[in-house]
Amino acid sequence: MQQIRRVTMQMSGAEILVKALQEEGVEVIFGYPGGVLLDFYDALFRAGMRHILTRHEQAAAHAADGYARASGKVGVCMATSGPGATNLVTGIATAHMDSVPVVAFTGQVPSHMIGGDAFQEADIIGITRPITKHSYLATSPGELPKIVQEAFHIASTGRPGPVVIDLPKDVLQGKGKYHRPDKVEIRGYKPKTEGHPGQIKRVLSEIMKAKRPVIYAGGGVVISGAGGELVAFAEKNMIPVTNTLLGLGGFPGNHPLFLGMLGMHGTYQANMTIHESDLIIAIGARFDDRVTGAVAKFAPSARVVHIDVDPSAISKNIVVHVPVVGDVRGVLKELNKIQKGEKAVWKEIRSKWLDRVRAWGEERPLSYDRKSSLIKPQYVIEKLSELAPDDAIITTEVGQNQMWVAQYYKFVKPRTLLSSGGLGTMGYGFPAAMGAQFAFPKRVVVDVAGDGSIQMNIQELATVAQHNIPVKIVILNNCFLGMVRQWQELFYDARYSQTCLSSNPDFVKVAEAYGVKGIRISDKAEVEAGLKEALAHPGPVVVDCQIDREEGVYPMVPAGAASSEMIFGPDRKKKESKLKAVK
Amino acid sequence: MRHTITITVENKFGVLSRVAGLFSGRGFNIESLSVGETLDPTISRMTIVTRGDDRIIEQVTKQLRKLVDVIKVTDLTDSSFVDREMILVKISATEKNKAEILRINEIFRGKIVDVSPTTYTFEITGDEGKIEAFIKLIKPFGVKEISRTGKVAILREMNGE
Repeated sequence: MQQIRRVTMQMSGAEILVKALQEEGVEVIFGYPGGVLLDFYDALFRAGMRHILTRHEQAAAHAADGYARASGKVGVCMATSGPGATNLVTGIATAHMDSVPVVAFTGQVPSHMIGGDAFQEADIIGITRPITKHSYLATSPGELPKIVQEAFHIASTGRPGPVVIDLPKDVLQGKGKYHRPDKVEIRGYKPKTEGHPGQIKRVLSEIMKAKRPVIYAGGGVVISGAGGELVAFAEKNMIPVTNTLLGLGGFPGNHPLFLGMLGMHGTYQANMTIHESDLIIAIGARFDDRVTGAVAKFAPSARVVHIDVDPSAISKNIVVHVPVVGDVRGVLKELNKIQKGEKAVWKEIRSKWLDRVRAWGEERPLSYDRKSSLIKPQYVIEKLSELAPDDAIITTEVGQNQMWVAQYYKFVKPRTLLSSGGLGTMGYGFPAAMGAQFAFPKRVVVDVAGDGSIQMNIQELATVAQHNIPVKIVILNNCFLGMVRQWQELFYDARYSQTCLSSNPDFVKVAEAYGVKGIRISDKAEVEAGLKEALAHPGPVVVDCQIDREEGVYPMVPAGAASSEMIFGPDRKKKESKLKAVK
Repeated sequence: MRHTITITVENKFGVLSRVAGLFSGRGFNIESLSVGETLDPTISRMTIVTRGDDRIIEQVTKQLRKLVDVIKVTDLTDSSFVDREMILVKISATEKNKAEILRINEIFRGKIVDVSPTTYTFEITGDEGKIEAFIKLIKPFGVKEISRTGKVAILREMNGE
C-alpha cells in the first residue's frame, strides 16, 4: 500500500528530479544555486542529498568531470540559468573533447518567458549544442525521470560524453507523478559494442604480416577498462606500446614494452618507432594533430588498424586500412582469444624490431640538466612519482606542467592521470582533483599546476578548505605562462609578449588566507622534504615550488613537422640576450 | 560530388538545428533541405542535398548517425532513386506575352494557382532538369517571385535489375 501511494503521489518537479538522481545512484552534485533553482535546492536540502558548493560554476563542471574520470561513474554538475549556465560551458566542452560522462543541469527561466530576453536567460541548449553528446529541455515535471535516465545512459555508454538538461523554473515548481520507465529505449541510439568478427580476423592477419608493428593506445583503453587486455595483447604479440596523453596509465609506465607518450612532446623512442613502423594498431585513440604532427608525413610506410567504439573517429584524420568498430575491451578480448601460438620465425622478426626500438630509447632518453643548482621541474615530477603511492591520482593543468607530468611521472594504473587533453583547459586540474577526491576520499590526489593555470580557478581553495578536501596542489612556479613563452623563445625570437607573470601573488600566503596549508620550496635541497610534508598532511596543501624560470619541454615536434623531426633544446645564446629586457 | 541523403529523425523540437548545426559546424554546405512528418507522427523525414568528396560525405553520414535523435541515414546517391522538387513562380504578364507564358506552362504541365490582372502564379513539379529548364524559359518574361521546396527523394523499388 505504502509503495503504491508513493508512486502515484503528486510531487513537485524538483522533488521528482532529486528522486531521479537518487535512483541513478548519484553520490554528489557539484553546483551553484540561483533564482530559478531555488525549488531544486530546497528539495535537495530536504532530501539530504550531498552537494558541494564550488565558488565558480566552471569548477563545478570540472569537478564533475574529475569525479567521472577517476571513478568511471557519471559526474553531475548544476548551475542556474544565464551566467551560471554559460560558466559551465568550458567544463562541458572539456568533457566533450575527452569523452567524459557528465550530466550538466542548468536552470532556465519559466517556459512562458523563454525567448523573451528575461533576466538571467540564455539559450544554453543552443550554446552547448556543438559541445554535448545530447541535450534536453524539460517541458513537464512528469517527464523528468525518463529524461534523467536517458541522459545518464547516453552520457555513459558508447563513446561517453556530456549531456545537458535544461530545467525551466515552472517545470521544477509544477506537480507531477514520478514514473521511471523499466528500461531505456531510444530508437536512434544503439551504440555498437561488439567488433565485427571478420574485421578482427583481418587485424590478426595484419599483425602476422607486420615486421615493425606498434600499438598506439589512447584514452579509449582507460575508458573501457581494457588495461589488462592491452598488456596481454602486447605481450603475446611482442608489440611495443606508446600512449597518448589521455592513454597514460592505460598501459603500465614501467613495462619493458612501454615507449612513453608520443606526439608533439613525446619521447624520441615513441616518435621514431611510430615513424619507422609498418603497422600502427590504434586502440581507442583518434589521431589528434598533437599526435600526428603533419598528417602527410605521419608514419609514411605504415598500414593502419584502428579499433574504436566511435565509427566517426575512423578515417577522420588518417586513412585507416582495417577499421574495427566496437568496445576496445571486448575487441581486445576477442583478439587475445583467437590468437594462434607464435612461430619461431615470427619471434625472430619481432626481436629484431624490438632491438631497434630499444636502441632509440637508449640513443635519446628523456633528459634534463640533473646537475643544475636550480629546481628543475622534471626533478620535482620524478620525486613526486617516487614518493606518491601507485594509486595516487594526478591531475594537471595545461601547458608545461602537463607535459612534464606526462613525460616524467610513471603512471602504472588506469584512471590515475586526469588531464584536459583535447580542449587543453587551463584551470581544469584543481577542480578536477576535488572531484576525484570525492570519488576516492582515501587516495592521494595531487594537482600539478603552473602559476598561470592555478590562478584560473584558485577561488576553489575556499571549497577545499570548507570541506577539508585533502587535495595537494604542487605549483611549478616559473612566473611565466611557460608553454607560450617557450614557443615565443623558439619561434618568435624570444619576444615574450604577455607571458611574464612576475606580479604573481605569494601563493603560500594566498593558501593561508583561505585557511589552507602552504609550503614554499625555493631550493633544490628542499624538494623531497617539501613534497613529503605535503603528502603527509591530512588536509589540503598548496606547494609553491619555484622552478627554473626558463626550463622548456623537450623533445618537441614543431607544428607542421614530421614526428621524426624533433628538437631537443633551445638555442641558448639567442635567449639570454632577450631575457634581460623581460626582467 | 553531389549527394542526396535522406534521414529519418525524431519529430521533436531542436532536431532540425542539430542536423543543420552539424553541417555548419564543419563547414559543409547544404544545397537544399526539406522536412516533413512521416505516417508515424513521431518521426520526420528529411531530404538533404549536399556536396563534398567521399571523405566529407563519409564524415557527414557518420556524424549524422551519431545524433541521438537521428534514427536512420541513407545516402541515395549510389542507388537508383526518384527525386522531385516543387516550385511556385509568380510571373509578370502583359496582354502581349500572356499567351506565350501560358503555353510554356502547359508544356511543362504546370498548374495555375493564382491569377491577377498583371501576374500568373504557376506550380511546377519535377526533377531538377525540368525545373531548371522551366526557370530558364520563363525568366525573360520577368519573374517577380520564386519559392522552391528543395528536393524530396525516395529509393526505387527495382534497383537497376
